[in-house]
Amino acid sequence: MSETTLVAGQLFNGISVASILLLAALGLALSFGLMRVINMAHGEMLMMGGYLTYLSIAVFGKGAGFAVGLVVAFVGTALFGALLEITLIRRLYGRPLDTLLATWGVSLILQQAARSIFGPIGVEVTAPPWLSGTLSLGGTVMTGFSIPGVRAFIIVLAAVVLGAVALIIARTRLGLLIRAVHENRPIADALGANTRLVDLAVFALGTGVAGLAGSALSLIAPVTPTVGQSYIVYAFLVVIVGGLGSLTGTLVAALLIGVFSATAQIATSQSFSDVLLLLCVIIFMQFRPRGIVSQGSRALEET
Amino acid sequence: MLVVEGVGAAYGMSQVLSEIALTVAAGEAVALLGRNGVGKTTLLRTIVGLHAANAGRIAFDDDDIIRLPAFRRARLGIGYVPQGRGIFPQLTVEENLSVGASSLDGRKPSMTADAAPLYDLFPTLARLRSRKGGVLSGGEQQQLALARALIGKPRLLLLDEPTEGIQPSIVQEIERVLGLIRSELGVALLLVEQHLDFAWSIAGRYYVMQRGTIVRTGTTATEGPDDVAPLLSV
Repeated sequence: MSETTLVAGQLFNGISVASILLLAALGLALSFGLMRVINMAHGEMLMMGGYLTYLSIAVFGKGAGFAVGLVVAFVGTALFGALLEITLIRRLYGRPLDTLLATWGVSLILQQAARSIFGPIGVEVTAPPWLSGTLSLGGTVMTGFSIPGVRAFIIVLAAVVLGAVALIIARTRLGLLIRAVHENRPIADALGANTRLVDLAVFALGTGVAGLAGSALSLIAPVTPTVGQSYIVYAFLVVIVGGLGSLTGTLVAALLIGVFSATAQIATSQSFSDVLLLLCVIIFMQFRPRGIVSQGSRALEET
Repeated sequence: MLVVEGVGAAYGMSQVLSEIALTVAAGEAVALLGRNGVGKTTLLRTIVGLHAANAGRIAFDDDDIIRLPAFRRARLGIGYVPQGRGIFPQLTVEENLSVGASSLDGRKPSMTADAAPLYDLFPTLARLRSRKGGVLSGGEQQQLALARALIGKPRLLLLDEPTEGIQPSIVQEIERVLGLIRSELGVALLLVEQHLDFAWSIAGRYYVMQRGTIVRTGTTATEGPDDVAPLLSV
């Protein structure tokens, strides 16, 4: 295996990790951008999506199970998100610290629930046969470099979901109301837009997408009760670096952070690459405190 | 149509409105006058539902609306043109109108059918329909704010200083449109206004506020702007 293929392989891994980060961060970016809600239980939506995928495969078998799992993970976590919004988050609007604590509590409850139901050791999701192959690029300088099917699938999934979310926001009635509430919530309310319903829809969409991320994640790593924890910090970093409520910023930041940590790991250990990553983010925030795309955070200064 | 009785409101611990009593009949135009900071804007926001009342009763067509969220009040027929116009800067003119049509309860607005009469009323907006709200001039934004409130087919329109910072030719245009929507559509108006001449040209009755309460009321037919001016001078 040559130097080039090693770098290319890590780069590719980085992009697939970035895809999962992107899916995880999308929901956070949406709900924080719109509702100023920091959902500490967002990581557990990944975990829940992973377990739902595992259950679907157990019920429907290896072939169809994963496809069903994607749908179940999205719908299941979206419904759970809706329930969480109605029972808890809606009651804590305008109290960010209380929301932070309450959702952290939800996160602990969900982790323990997963531990009680599935055990502390992870469950494995084996990729369905239609994803287990590799694409190899033999006969070129890239000899020996092959793309695992699952990682390619994750990248495609993230691209499709990002495209779908962007379309919803740009083209649908719901998207128009999301943009209106984002720009001026009281006025949208006074014009007859049911802002609570918009919040609910955005929150459920965000948790559903996180469930999809969990589903994708289950293809490359075992699903454990704490799997969400290892991704949520990166997801928050993506949201902060990307700029609040901006899809483009979230995409760019996810790619930067995913590829950065994957390539840094060629040269050094996982923990030292995290140190480097955080250092870079801290330095970056000194120069662009509002993130890559800062347009969306105007609302913050005005409130 | 609108009955406000004994309404109070506060910002934190300080009471900014107390014992407000005010009525607007169907199709009537009423001016709300007063110096800066006496609570006119807060009163409008309280009627619209953006600020919580802590005392009294607000009835619209005999329904008590004081506990309803703002969007429900909008769907009952209360339109609002806020101070500073409140245009969504990143949305196009057409999209701003489309959000305004949210108060057409329960049905998806059709931008061809619902917006057409407003483009007729404000030809300027028709030309600007795909421009972003934030790049419009103050006068254009004011026309958009009016159109955006009217597309929801309100029966009562609350206007917070519609002539503030707007060039005289547009003020005339707004005066013409306000007259039109009263005579053609029968929309009642509650108008907060600093310019007494403008208020007198539109309203049939007036209320004057001082320090969070109403101190004087009368009709514009029997009294002139000079009669209330002493209450408004700084």
